[in-house]
Amino acid sequence: MDALLRPRPTLSLVFISLFLFLSRSFSQEIHITNAERRIDLSSHIIKVFLTLKVENTGETAASDILLAFPPTQVQHIAFIEALATATTGKRKKKSYVRLDVKPTELPDAPNGIKYFTISLINPLKSGDTATLEVLYIFTHSLEPFPVEISQSESQLVYYRDSALILSPYRIKQQITFIKTPSTKVESFTRVEPSNRAGTELKYGPFEDQTPYSFSPITVHFENNNPFAVVEELVREVEISHWGSLQITEHYNLVHGGARHKGVFSRVDYQSRSFSGAYSFKQLLARLPPRVHSVYYRDEIGNISSSHLRTDSRKSELEIEPRYPLFGGWKATFVIGYVLPLQDFLFESSDGRRYLNFTFGCPLVETVVDKLTIKVVLPEGSKDPSAVVPFPVEQHLETKYSYLDIVGRTVVVLEKKNAVPVHNTPFQVYYTFNPIFMLAEPLMLASAFFLLFVACLAYLHVDLSIRK
Amino acid sequence: MVGKTEPVNGSVKQAAMSSSSSNPSRSDLLSSTFSLKSLKLKTKQQELLIRVSILCLVYILAFITRLFSVLRYESMIHEFDPYFNYRTTLFLTQKGFYEFWNWFDSESWYPLGRIIGGTLYPGLMVTAALIYWTLRLLRFAVHIREVCVLTAPFFASNTTLVAYFFGKEIWDSGAGLVAAALIAICPGYISRSVAGSYDNEGVAIFALLLTFYLFVKAVNTGSLAWALASAFGYFYMVSAWGGYVFIINLIPLYVLVLLITGRYSMRLYVAYNCMYVLGMLLAMQIRFVGFQHVQSGEHMAAMGVFFLMQVFYFLDWVKYMLSDTKMFQDFLRITVTCAVVAGAIALGVGTASGYISPWTGRFYSLLDPTYAKDHIPIIASVSEHQPTAWSSFMFDFHILLFLFPAGLYFCFKRLSDATIFIVMYGLTSMYFAGVMVRLILVATPAVCLISAIAVSATIKNLTSLIRTKSKTALTTSTKGSSGSKASSKASLDQSQPFQKNGAIALLFGAFYLLSRYVSHCTWVTSEAYSSPSIVLAARGAHGRVIFDDYREAYFWLRQNTPPDAKVMSWWDYGYQITAMGNRTVIVDNNTWNNTHIATVGRAMSSYEDEAYEIMRSLDVDYVLVVFGGVTGYSSDDINKFLWMVRIGGGVFPVIKEHDYLVNGEYRVDKGAAPKMLNCLMYKLSYYRFGELVTEYGKPSGYDRARGVEIGNKDIKLEYLEEAFTTSNWIVRIYKVKPPKNRW
Repeated sequence: MDALLRPRPTLSLVFISLFLFLSRSFSQEIHITNAERRIDLSSHIIKVFLTLKVENTGETAASDILLAFPPTQVQHIAFIEALATATTGKRKKKSYVRLDVKPTELPDAPNGIKYFTISLINPLKSGDTATLEVLYIFTHSLEPFPVEISQSESQLVYYRDSALILSPYRIKQQITFIKTPSTKVESFTRVEPSNRAGTELKYGPFEDQTPYSFSPITVHFENNNPFAVVEELVREVEISHWGSLQITEHYNLVHGGARHKGVFSRVDYQSRSFSGAYSFKQLLARLPPRVHSVYYRDEIGNISSSHLRTDSRKSELEIEPRYPLFGGWKATFVIGYVLPLQDFLFESSDGRRYLNFTFGCPLVETVVDKLTIKVVLPEGSKDPSAVVPFPVEQHLETKYSYLDIVGRTVVVLEKKNAVPVHNTPFQVYYTFNPIFMLAEPLMLASAFFLLFVACLAYLHVDLSIRK
Repeated sequence: MVGKTEPVNGSVKQAAMSSSSSNPSRSDLLSSTFSLKSLKLKTKQQELLIRVSILCLVYILAFITRLFSVLRYESMIHEFDPYFNYRTTLFLTQKGFYEFWNWFDSESWYPLGRIIGGTLYPGLMVTAALIYWTLRLLRFAVHIREVCVLTAPFFASNTTLVAYFFGKEIWDSGAGLVAAALIAICPGYISRSVAGSYDNEGVAIFALLLTFYLFVKAVNTGSLAWALASAFGYFYMVSAWGGYVFIINLIPLYVLVLLITGRYSMRLYVAYNCMYVLGMLLAMQIRFVGFQHVQSGEHMAAMGVFFLMQVFYFLDWVKYMLSDTKMFQDFLRITVTCAVVAGAIALGVGTASGYISPWTGRFYSLLDPTYAKDHIPIIASVSEHQPTAWSSFMFDFHILLFLFPAGLYFCFKRLSDATIFIVMYGLTSMYFAGVMVRLILVATPAVCLISAIAVSATIKNLTSLIRTKSKTALTTSTKGSSGSKASSKASLDQSQPFQKNGAIALLFGAFYLLSRYVSHCTWVTSEAYSSPSIVLAARGAHGRVIFDDYREAYFWLRQNTPPDAKVMSWWDYGYQITAMGNRTVIVDNNTWNNTHIATVGRAMSSYEDEAYEIMRSLDVDYVLVVFGGVTGYSSDDINKFLWMVRIGGGVFPVIKEHDYLVNGEYRVDKGAAPKMLNCLMYKLSYYRFGELVTEYGKPSGYDRARGVEIGNKDIKLEYLEEAFTTSNWIVRIYKVKPPKNRW
């Protein structure tokens, strides 16, 4: 156990020794006077709230603030957001302004540290201070230990981080709070001063830390929350100008926690409540209001265990996979539903139409490793363009559906590592001539007309050779 | 027979109309469409309109009455065999025809595998794939599953059309319409063609009736074209179902009867020779049939009749050449003797040298219903191979059972080549229907057709009786040949006082019976034949309760076991496991290797340590058992267990049936045989079941399927461990542990 609580001691030594060489001028002019970090470990999506009070002690105005992350963390960052607090008006009411955050490469980053740049709206003048609120979200950062557990055990996980905030700046004062889901904490690395009360671990306050200070910590605690990971989600949104929006969602769901080991006993699962505590058997999908024709099925047919509750503001679909999911167990399924078109399709001022729909996964508290949204535009629409509030990969495809001749244009948006905060609206603009709506009814009508004409001709024309 | 007179009710109009409506010119057509006055249809057109609309309605009815299962449950494939057909169709549509034809399936019959292309009738899969490709071409974005689910109802609809034409051919168009309506809703046919029942029979009945119709048409016309068409119909039948053997035996038999009754004609010669030779060549293209068609005992009758036909033709020619009857008599005697002797010698030599294979067990079991029970337990173990009970005849045919003899009477009254055929088809298929439950299906079209003749002839006689009475003056002069019988009867019966009322009463009686038939058919379809048997439904306190345990288990297998895992189960579930679970199985429903199945039966009925050796040798990773003790589901593995013992014991004499019985009684409670209480199947079914209270007021471990408290509640598994049990315990999956370390 001891060895486990001191992970990568060599790495931390390297860090500490390295920062001495890194006395670059760019960071020296900015100090962080106070930093508070709250890490929320209650589900498998880790939320970190960071409050930084920044002071410019240099000569020139600074417009960028850098955030540093170790390379092991940066690949799990799903979301990062920075807000600047500004006091406006007479009443000194606090208001938040969203700032631009971009990943940045610096040529002389020590040990592969990755940076994010926060661009301030008003450059920080010499001697000024500013308060920044940063929220970032990690996924896949809780490592189950033991790696395999049996049905009756509960799930324990490691969380690794640094007791000190990794920063290219000098931090005068800092404190870190870690919130665990329950009071069951097996162990945690002690760094003076640290203490634990209830579900909260406190590291700090630490005074006057040099840039790139790093002090690795490991928390080993119980987390029985559902580790619902959607490995791949394909959402297909098909626009029909006849008044409906058809959505089909293909899920590849897996329990991302500790692997299940040995027997699965139905007797125990049914009769004992503690049995299989870390498994989950139902999920909640939040769908838009006025949803209808909902179905829930998989490759081999309909799954009968689902409930839909609708009211005027939202719809909730409660789904149960065919079997409870234990660690490492998988389930694939499809959810489909139809929405009224007028709630989501609008006409912009320049005459183009746009679809305003929610990005992200409707399942509550799930991580999506790879999210693909396909917006199928009606046949004959032109010039598609998508507006998404965060970077995504885009390309176009063609799909053939009922009675299509030239095929429908599909706007494909791909995003890796999506979390519930990505459930924000996005828009797809396109131009469409309503005359194309008539193509398919006309085709059908003419086909039937020809059939009847053929029947008429057959009945009235004598085709026999013999007279 | 070429220009059939449409039976129009004898009226004055008919004579006048028939000449004018025969050949309308273009201007006539235009003027008739545009002037309101002439919108009134002529009698012949009226009749055509009524006929076509009735047929259309029947066509639609046949389709929608088979959709109960889709409405009650969902669009899904039913039962066992259809899952194999679905899986192969999926493969065909994904990989193309050549891949399909050369497919070696390593997922079934591990470790033997199965050559799919050479061991199946591809007709159904190719049909569904063609429908699918056509729809795709027309840009209907359907899923192949929907096509498969609706293939059987679609072909049932087509069958009604064939029945109409067949009825028209053997009797008249009225009988045809009635036949179409009867067959559309006949439970005997619906049982095998509801939506989702994606099985060979679904298209095969269509092909069977089509072949018969085309052959009768060919015999009636003597046309090479119809004979050719019937050969192709036969080819389609061969490609679709093993029941083609019935065609290739019934048609020679029919020809033989015609020859014996002195009805030999050139028409028959052309029809049979063309149909047999071409049909044979085409049938041999199906790899599963191949040279069997000329070598196996089941097909020899057709070949014999073919040669006999040539002898007849030769004799006819000789008779024509020879003017002397006495010389011909001598010649006839010599030729017939020679031909018979030559035929017998050829058959004897062929059989002795092994060139002609003897009859198969299945064929024997048809001719002798007790054969399978004694010799082939695997055939006898299938419930649909049991001899038919009287009740199921009533259930599947209802009033047709009584109309059938009446129809036979009418057929005998108006004997022709066509009616002889339908009589023979009816009688032989009725016999087979009595031998095996599933063959009711083959008898259904014949029963419908013959009953239709009875209904049609009766109603026609009655209505003409009513009509002629009111128009006595007109009938005698204008009646056509078809109506003359009725009119003469009518003039005879004029003296009888209540005749018209009697006729009306009889008509109402007939309609009452027919309406009872309709309600019976609908009830049977919705109650008995529309459950998919994959999803079980029960009536609970809060409405319907669904037990979806099969799919739960199969999907668990599919998702959470290694892709190369081998699953051992009783053969019933083999197709479902490969299709839905996508895992390799040891045995499946294509019961071609009795020894392999017996090995599984032996493993299931041995003690755990012996079974472990067998399972190790078969490389088994998981064992799947079906258990109904919690839900009261009675067709589970414990109830099938005696068949496993019998089939296992048939090959491995170590397994003895009486070890599992107590005084000839099969029980699972405390009084059960010790071997029973400790065999693998018992252990796997009841593992930890003893801890469970299934019913209020009953002790723990109360088996609801058999209504007893189980005898062995303390089951320990040494070589297996529970891997998964479904929510209602219907399917239980065990993992075979790897062997222990030696030190």
